[in-house]
Amino acid sequence: MEKLSPEPVALIKKRRNEALSQLIDSIPYISFLGVDFDRRGDEITAILPFKEELIGNPSLPALHGGSIAAFLEISAIIGLSWTQIWHQIEDPGLDAGSSDNVVKFTLPKTIDFSVDYLRSGLPRDSYARAKVNRAGRRYASVHVEAWQDNRDRLFAQGTGHFLMPLNK
Amino acid sequence: MKNIMIEKKKKAVEDFFAVLPHSISLGMGIDFIRDGEVGMSMPYDSKLIGDPQTKVIHGGAVFALLDTCCGAAAMSHPEQTGPTATIDLRVDYMRPATPSQRIKAIATCYNLTKNVAFVRAVALDNNEEKPVAMAAGAFVTGV
Repeated sequence: MEKLSPEPVALIKKRRNEALSQLIDSIPYISFLGVDFDRRGDEITAILPFKEELIGNPSLPALHGGSIAAFLEISAIIGLSWTQIWHQIEDPGLDAGSSDNVVKFTLPKTIDFSVDYLRSGLPRDSYARAKVNRAGRRYASVHVEAWQDNRDRLFAQGTGHFLMPLNK
Repeated sequence: MKNIMIEKKKKAVEDFFAVLPHSISLGMGIDFIRDGEVGMSMPYDSKLIGDPQTKVIHGGAVFALLDTCCGAAAMSHPEQTGPTATIDLRVDYMRPATPSQRIKAIATCYNLTKNVAFVRAVALDNNEEKPVAMAAGAFVTGV
C-alpha cells in the first residue's frame, strides 16, 4: 500500500495563518486598539503595540485600565475561538485556496470578565497569552496573563467566563 | 465653605478625566459629578464593534467606560484626595448593548478606607430598566 506523503509545511502554515486572520479581521475593535497576534504552532501571543491613545494617566504616564482590560478580553476571545476552530484548520480535507473563508465560526459571548491590575502598564508594548481552563458545550472559563518586558513580571491578569456559540 | 470645596473637587475630577487619551479616543464625557457618584457616557461607534454579526460593541469598550467612571467616583468621594488607580475590576455583561445607542455609566464609591475605595457601577443604554452591564471593583486611595 502506498503511504500518503505528509502535507507540505508551507500549505499548513498558510491555512493556519489565514484562519487566524479571518478570526481577527472579523472584530473591528481589534484594529481600533491595534492588537496584533503572533502564532507558533497552536500557541498564540497577543501583542498590543504602544500608542498614545492607550494612555490613561498622562502624567505618569501609564496605560489606561480600560485598554488593558480590552486587550485581555480580546486575547481571551481569540484564544478561546482558536481552540474551537483548530480541528477545522487541521482537517486535511479542507482546501485552503478554494474559498474566501478557511473556517466557519461564531464568536463566544462574554458573561463576565475580571481584571487584576498588578502593576501600572508602562508606555511600551504589551503581550498576553490566554489559557482555556475549561471549555464545555455551553460555558468556558479562560485565564489571561499579560506582561511587558519580562515574561515573569505580569502587569495584569484576567479571568473570564464565556457563553459558547451553539454548534449547528 | 463646604460648597467651595465641592466645586473645587468637581473641577479637579473634571480636569483629570478630560485629558485621558484613551477616554478621549473612545469619546467619553462626564454627565455629572456628585459626592462619590459620577455619571459618564460614550457614543456608539462602528469602530468599536466586537461582533460583526450583531454590530454590538466590544465588551472591552464597555469595560473601559466602567473603569473610568469607577475611578472618577472614587476620586470624587469627599474624603479622597488626589488621583486613583484600579486594583481590580469585575464586569458582568448582562445583555448586549443595543447598536447605535449611547452607553451611559453611573458609578458609586460606597465605601472608602485608608487604602482602598470600593466602587460599583452600572452601564445602561436607552432601556434603563435593564442594565447592559454591572461592575464592582477596588481602587487605590491617596496615591
